[in-house]
Amino acid sequence: MEDLQLPSIDYGALLPMLILFGAACVGILIEVFTPRRSRNPIQLTLGFLAVTAAFVAVIVQHSTRKITIGGAVAVDGPTVFLQGAILVLGLVSLMLIGERSVERGGPFVSQAAITVGSQKDLKQAGDQPGMTEVYPLTLFALGGMMLFVAANDLLTMFIALEVFSLPLYLLCALARRRRLLSQEAALKYFLLGSYASAFFLFGVALVYGFSGGISLSQVHAAVVDPQRSQILLYAGLAMIAIGLLFKAALAPFHVWTPDVYQGAPTPITALMAACTKVAAFGALLRILYVAFDGVRWDFQPVLGAIAVLTMLVGAILAVTQTDMKRLLAYSSVANAGYLLVGVLALNEEGLSGTMFYLVAYGFSVLAAFGMVTLVRDADGEATHLARWAGLGRKSPLFAATFTFILLAFAGIPLTSGFTSKFAVFGAAVEGGQTWLVIVGVVTSMLLAFPYLRVVVMLWLSEPGESTPTVSIPGFLTSAALVIGVAATFALGVMPAPLIDLTRDAAQFVR
Amino acid sequence: MKDFPFLSILTLLPLVGAIAVAFIPRHKAELAKTVAFAWSLVVLVLSVLMWIAFQVDGDRFQFRESYAWIPSWDARFTFAADGIALVMLMLIAILFPVVILASWHDVEKSNRSAPVYFALLLAFEFTMIGVFAAADIFLFYVFFEVMLIPMYFIIGSFGGPRRQYAAVKFFLYSLVGGLFMLAAVIGLWVVGGHTFDWAKLAEAAGSIDQDTARWLFLGFFVAFAIKAPFFPFHTWLPDAGGAAPAGAAALLVGVMDKVGTFGILRYCLSLFPEASRWFAPAALVLGVIGIIYAALLAVGQNDLKRLVSYTSIAHFGFIGIGIFAFTTQAGTGSVLYMVNHGLATGLLFIVVGMFVARRGSNLISDFGGAGKLVPVLAGVFFFAGLASLALPGTAPFISEFLVLIGTFTVHPAYAVVATAGIILAAAYVLWMVQRTTQGTLNPALTEVPEMKKDITLREKVVVAPLILLIILLGFYPKPVTDVINPAVQATMQDVGVEDPGPTAVVANERVAR
Repeated sequence: MEDLQLPSIDYGALLPMLILFGAACVGILIEVFTPRRSRNPIQLTLGFLAVTAAFVAVIVQHSTRKITIGGAVAVDGPTVFLQGAILVLGLVSLMLIGERSVERGGPFVSQAAITVGSQKDLKQAGDQPGMTEVYPLTLFALGGMMLFVAANDLLTMFIALEVFSLPLYLLCALARRRRLLSQEAALKYFLLGSYASAFFLFGVALVYGFSGGISLSQVHAAVVDPQRSQILLYAGLAMIAIGLLFKAALAPFHVWTPDVYQGAPTPITALMAACTKVAAFGALLRILYVAFDGVRWDFQPVLGAIAVLTMLVGAILAVTQTDMKRLLAYSSVANAGYLLVGVLALNEEGLSGTMFYLVAYGFSVLAAFGMVTLVRDADGEATHLARWAGLGRKSPLFAATFTFILLAFAGIPLTSGFTSKFAVFGAAVEGGQTWLVIVGVVTSMLLAFPYLRVVVMLWLSEPGESTPTVSIPGFLTSAALVIGVAATFALGVMPAPLIDLTRDAAQFVR
Repeated sequence: MKDFPFLSILTLLPLVGAIAVAFIPRHKAELAKTVAFAWSLVVLVLSVLMWIAFQVDGDRFQFRESYAWIPSWDARFTFAADGIALVMLMLIAILFPVVILASWHDVEKSNRSAPVYFALLLAFEFTMIGVFAAADIFLFYVFFEVMLIPMYFIIGSFGGPRRQYAAVKFFLYSLVGGLFMLAAVIGLWVVGGHTFDWAKLAEAAGSIDQDTARWLFLGFFVAFAIKAPFFPFHTWLPDAGGAAPAGAAALLVGVMDKVGTFGILRYCLSLFPEASRWFAPAALVLGVIGIIYAALLAVGQNDLKRLVSYTSIAHFGFIGIGIFAFTTQAGTGSVLYMVNHGLATGLLFIVVGMFVARRGSNLISDFGGAGKLVPVLAGVFFFAGLASLALPGTAPFISEFLVLIGTFTVHPAYAVVATAGIILAAAYVLWMVQRTTQGTLNPALTEVPEMKKDITLREKVVVAPLILLIILLGFYPKPVTDVINPAVQATMQDVGVEDPGPTAVVANERVAR
């Protein structure tokens, strides 16, 4: 019998994830051992420290290129870049999550188990401090996302998928107000997400049957071997893709997006729109570029059709929305389509362009949802579009900033929306996918309409009698907004440093 | 002086002004206006200096500056001006102070903020100068899109009754064109060797595959045809021109629409010569249809601002056929037309604005015999009308004539049909003047106290420079044509066409054979 060989573990390369998971565990202990009143500042500080420390750890090993822990984790250019992106965007999300001054007690329910509509519920909505379990949950989610983009075998990827999905399902259910909507969103997300996970796992099993291994390099070797049956391969790839497309909110697996984005507490929506997108596309890039590169001619048209469908569905349905959060949800669906265009370029420019887009879009969408949290009336956030009419008169600075973010979504130059669209479209033309770029351009025109409608609402409409007020943001939200808007502007005017960074990072290890 | 960075400073100057004016508090409206006006005068002075420094017999592109921007895409802040860009920059520099002075009291009627309005005007000047000064296609595209934003807010916030509809329509139309162009820009970047530099792309132009070049041409052309606007992409202009404040409307048709024709000359023709020749017949037909169709619609208008907008579409038809006739005469005529149209139609819009401000209505039927109340203003109106119908002695006559004879040498049929446009132009202008200022006095007019006030000193200062220039260039256009001619010749060389010889020589050759 052979000796059992222990795999070598490079703890330095894993350190960022270890920090987050460790901090999340400590966070749970804090929930147990500290008095309720002092938990929020402690948890918030712990969260910031952990994310910052993890980011420093990522920076330190920015030039690491290796596969470690028995082939389970690959630390290469895209891993380092995307982990850094998840951490930076996660830090900004954490600011929104930690905000306690815009609404008394914060945006989260004080106890998730209180019956909706009961006396206790009314009391908690009034003044009780929100629950602080959200912080460890967020850290777990961020850690899972980081593992997801680094996973080098299919099982690790599945585990990472679950590690970041489960906390997100929970977080979605924790809104302080409109709790039924929030719980419905969480249940929907959970049920559909479980199906998607099941598809993913089944796909992994089929690919294992096809290739005899689960590591991406083994799959790659099997794919380029012409002797094997292709049926298992195609079925497995399709099912794995379904799991990933669901997380990335690509049509026709996007239907959960508007409901979940609308129902979830807005800071969590921001977290999902920014960080989950990075994680999902990071994994999709790795799967397609590393494992299934050999059958690119087979999946390119299928995924191309999905990209077209996603862009069309997102753009067309965005036109009909009357709720701000749903509008942003459909816009995020359409943006997922643009991202997929970048992925399908299947060249180095596509990889770097997609990574650039993920970061640029993440900052803009964080700022957008951050601003949604500020428009409030007595019942909490006023997200119906009609309620936003004439806000430009009362709060010109708010309206100007929001207009800027909308222009970024519409891809107007001098915003990151333009440079990032340029990056992915340029890569796609380079990769011979001109038809996707044409559809992308046409849907951008469609999408401009809903954005413009909001701009008209803000500036050109007369304010109604029940126009909500724009709350003065607390320090944390202000900081998040400043970062989001500044990044949107800076990446639009001076994108060169980040582009160079993505170019240097655009090389997978196999 | 030749090495002075004119173009970058000229571009940035209005932006700085816009930011400064935007921060002036709302109740200090007079200060904001004065600063904005003074700022636009500084821009004018700098432009005049640049005009003097421009060497007519020098290089095609002068004042070239280039600064790094996004190295990995080879996008740079590159500025350079040829003769065509130079005259357009000069036109911009002249029109903005005039319009700012003409819009002095426009904001007071609404409850909007005056500093914001004048800051938007200066921001618009920034994008306008940038779009003509750019010699890097990425930079050009950035300005091409960004200029929508100030204009959108000018129309949407400060315009007339249908301003929201007009602003959104304007924005969406332009954005649609812009996105087609974006696709073409990306394609050009990929096939042209990953650079945005105009000079490098013009060199690489010959090596682009024929079909690809035609598609790319189409992408650019659609964007420019919407911007210009050419028939059938014109429907946004009457709405935008009708709803915009008069001063802004003068800028809209006087300056912004020229970006379309300028873009065709600079980008479509020089970068895709074969495709330009291939599409030329279609473009000529569109131009001729535009001349006749828009003129007929103009005859039927009852709204002064919409009428002027339609006349403008007809004029752009002339510019279009002048460009696609591919003769130096017609090309020079077209560029000269761009300048003269800016002066004449700009003047017409501004004078219409003065009438509208007094009467409080755009409708021709609300006027009638106004000349009896405001004789001098009515005289200026008549002059502006005559200039825009290209009466000999006014500047537009020369350009229209050049376009027509330049076109006649190669496409007599189109020239003949286009000439009918001149007759229609006389019809819509004279009929408009007659219904507005001549004939019996509309009794309703006497009840409006403002209608008794003839042209004020400020208004005289506004119209005087435009009238002077129209007459001056009507008799002595040489300073302008000297600047334009080499640039147009170079463009025609890019396209690869030669001017036809004089007809008499051709006839002799036939006899000899």
